[in-house]
Amino acid sequence: MENKALELRNITKRFGTKVVANNNVSLSVYKNEILSLLGENGSGKTTLMNMISGIYFPDEGEILIDGKPVQITSPKVAYKYKIGMIHQHFKLVDTFTAAENIILGNREKYNMKAVNLRVKEIAEKYGFDIDPKKKIHEMSVSEKQTVEIIKVLYRGADILILDEPTAVLTPQEIDKLFSILRRMKDDGKAIIIITHKLNEVMAISDRVTILRKGEYIGTVKTADTNEKELTEMMVGKKVDLKIDRVYIEKKKPLLEIRNLTVKSDLGSQAVNDVNFYIRGGEILGVAGITGCGQKELCEAIAGLRPIESGAIIHEGESIVGLPTREIIKRGISMSFIPEDRLGMGLAPSFSMTDNMMLKTYREGKSPFVNRKDARSRAEQLIEKLDIVTPSTETPVRRLSGGNVQKILVGREIESGPNVIITAYPVRGLDINSSYQIYNILNEQKKNGVGILFVGEDLDVMLGLCDKIMVLCHGSVMGVVHASKTTKEEIGLMMTGSLDMSQEKEYGRAKDSNLSDEEWQKANMEAEG
Amino acid sequence: MHVIKNDTMPVKKALLIRLLSILAALVFVGILSMLLIKQNPFLIYEAMFDGIMLDTWTLLQSVSLLLIFGLAVIPAFQMKFWNLGANGQVLVGCLAAIACMKFIPVSHPEISNGLLITIMVCASIAASCIWSVIPAIFKAFFNTNETLFTLMMNYIALALVEYFVFKWDKGGFGSIGIVNLLNGQKGWFPAIADNQYLISIITALVLTVFMYIYIRYTKHGFEVQLVGESYNTAKYVGINIKVTIIRTLLLGGVICGILGALYAGSVSHTINTAVGGLGFTAILVAWLAGFNPFVMMFTSFFVVALDTGSKYVSTRFQLNSNDFASIVVGIIFFFVIGCEFFIRYQIRFNKKDRTSAERSAG
Repeated sequence: MENKALELRNITKRFGTKVVANNNVSLSVYKNEILSLLGENGSGKTTLMNMISGIYFPDEGEILIDGKPVQITSPKVAYKYKIGMIHQHFKLVDTFTAAENIILGNREKYNMKAVNLRVKEIAEKYGFDIDPKKKIHEMSVSEKQTVEIIKVLYRGADILILDEPTAVLTPQEIDKLFSILRRMKDDGKAIIIITHKLNEVMAISDRVTILRKGEYIGTVKTADTNEKELTEMMVGKKVDLKIDRVYIEKKKPLLEIRNLTVKSDLGSQAVNDVNFYIRGGEILGVAGITGCGQKELCEAIAGLRPIESGAIIHEGESIVGLPTREIIKRGISMSFIPEDRLGMGLAPSFSMTDNMMLKTYREGKSPFVNRKDARSRAEQLIEKLDIVTPSTETPVRRLSGGNVQKILVGREIESGPNVIITAYPVRGLDINSSYQIYNILNEQKKNGVGILFVGEDLDVMLGLCDKIMVLCHGSVMGVVHASKTTKEEIGLMMTGSLDMSQEKEYGRAKDSNLSDEEWQKANMEAEG
Repeated sequence: MHVIKNDTMPVKKALLIRLLSILAALVFVGILSMLLIKQNPFLIYEAMFDGIMLDTWTLLQSVSLLLIFGLAVIPAFQMKFWNLGANGQVLVGCLAAIACMKFIPVSHPEISNGLLITIMVCASIAASCIWSVIPAIFKAFFNTNETLFTLMMNYIALALVEYFVFKWDKGGFGSIGIVNLLNGQKGWFPAIADNQYLISIITALVLTVFMYIYIRYTKHGFEVQLVGESYNTAKYVGINIKVTIIRTLLLGGVICGILGALYAGSVSHTINTAVGGLGFTAILVAWLAGFNPFVMMFTSFFVVALDTGSKYVSTRFQLNSNDFASIVVGIIFFFVIGCEFFIRYQIRFNKKDRTSAERSAG
């Protein structure tokens, strides 16, 4: 075909002497085409795209644009060749307006009125919803993404690269984004979209290029393939994509929360009058767009954040105001995987041994820490969860994300909790590791542990959880049975378009550990 | 050509790079000395070596004092609490000890030397602790910037010392003279085995071992490191960060207090504003050693020896000031610290960049 917009030939990129991020990778994308770049985390997708956008420079191989070899030595050069990348983490100035962010870095004279007009023009052409004068910090995640996309279009990009654009969006927002992408494609743009969600690959792309561990595996036409085949190419072996939902007998509520209100760091209400309960042997999912109060909710239960009002009852006893140490002792385990994956729960430069004893080092009266015991526990965990590490004494920040997360989740489970609060436990993990984590959680569920699972991937939550609670701006929009709901319904609840919380006395267990009077008292105490 | 991170350098290779950098620095110093003071570089090296060997005990005492200074800042630094106030903490400690030494024998002439020394040490520790705990409390409760706070506390300590020197100075010499020199040397620390330097050296060794064990093997040390690593994680496992900060700074205060008492009772028997002068060098020494107490023994020795040696060069070649010494020390530090770049990063020259560039140009 003569319309090849971009071609990569035999690209190799190494980091240091040992890591080969891309080995001999070739791909091409045509005008009027959407190409999916599929691969697990660590397969080299982002590295490859960074070489197209001028952030890295390939060690070997060449890049051709419109059939001519080029040297993309900096992002500026990439712009010159009309390449625009929309990064996974937005690079916007919060206190500037959309239009100001869009022209940022263009060192030419501008007239704000003309800029606003041009932005509106672009928005209308492709169907974006945007107010050029709105400040970034007032925007939702999907609006911010819109700004990023318009920014590259404004600069005249004809080749667009989107790095996991759907990870932060609701199902409805994803649909909208896809229709915009299709319009761009019809306009003659060449689009590369990075993702590891197969249903999206099937929905949006014309062709799929698959990478595995930095190696080029192949390119297939979307119409000629299916999800199963793509998974096999991506993982390298057959994978059963079904998540089992274990059913066990109902037990008494372990953790009951009523009228819980928690403030965010900035003083706004992050969690607003929330009611729910978790039974032993139950996985309760929490769905919601980023920043809807999941973090504050987890922190409040773990005793890391003071609450404004409400009651948190664990096995019939209030744990409000107890020190973190005491809450840990009572068997409530919290693991929160933040975006940078290392922020809370692990000490990155500590060895695995030291990380194993983070919560237990205080045990015993001796003034010294017991590393011997921690080391043997670390060794056991390595064996049990197939953790890949040079030794128990290697700083955990040198390990890959999947192994780091296995250490965190493994340590928490090893401590024998009765309530597990886990937020994004599979964030950034490859398929095999993810399934290992789901299996661990299911195992715990079978043992009667109550699990609060804060997740991102609705498909996974629908498969794994018993019930799903949907949060929007800190309020509960409803608690639905995972087996009776749909992704679309949850998506509508996430954005607040559908509110099912009024339908019945939600979130209050009939067989509560406390009587009504006791509840009143507990609530009063929290306020007093 | 591009630079890549390298955090897997073998220890031996890293050591070799550091040695090479010192060698390179010495060569550079030699060339410079030929140009500046027109001397044979080997004579300069020889003078440096002679200077270092001139008075071993004084040298070892200086090394010990610097080492204790460094040990005082290590626990706070492990916690990423940038305590720049060791100067002031030692100064007020020394001031308190001198005050006891000067006035208690006057009011209580019968006091035994042992009791007086005990009181001096306690007073010094108390004063140093006050100086270190104030910024700690402000950090813990109001999250004030500890760097500026501790730095400013130094100046308050300096002003205090100036004030008392002025007040106690009867002769108008701008100095209080050697305290109790003619008064039975009351409050002077005893010499061990007839050696007045040993007490500083032994104290330094004991504190080094203590600090190594404290940081590496105790629960407190674990907490210190964890708070330094991440407040979030520390909170998550239930550590009381406020308590940890204050406790750790108190430990630093205790060590500064011991050092202040050593200055008063053993090293100088007087006080002037120069007493705390090694505080900033100590920070350098601690960083160079990667906060490892045992490694710090070597870095302290290195710094003191270098300084002593280059000062001796100035003396032997009758240079008017110590400027040449400062230049030499500066150059060697530049090389030593600069070489860390080559240990942490790797530079790769990529020939293929050029060939592909040429290909596309052609």
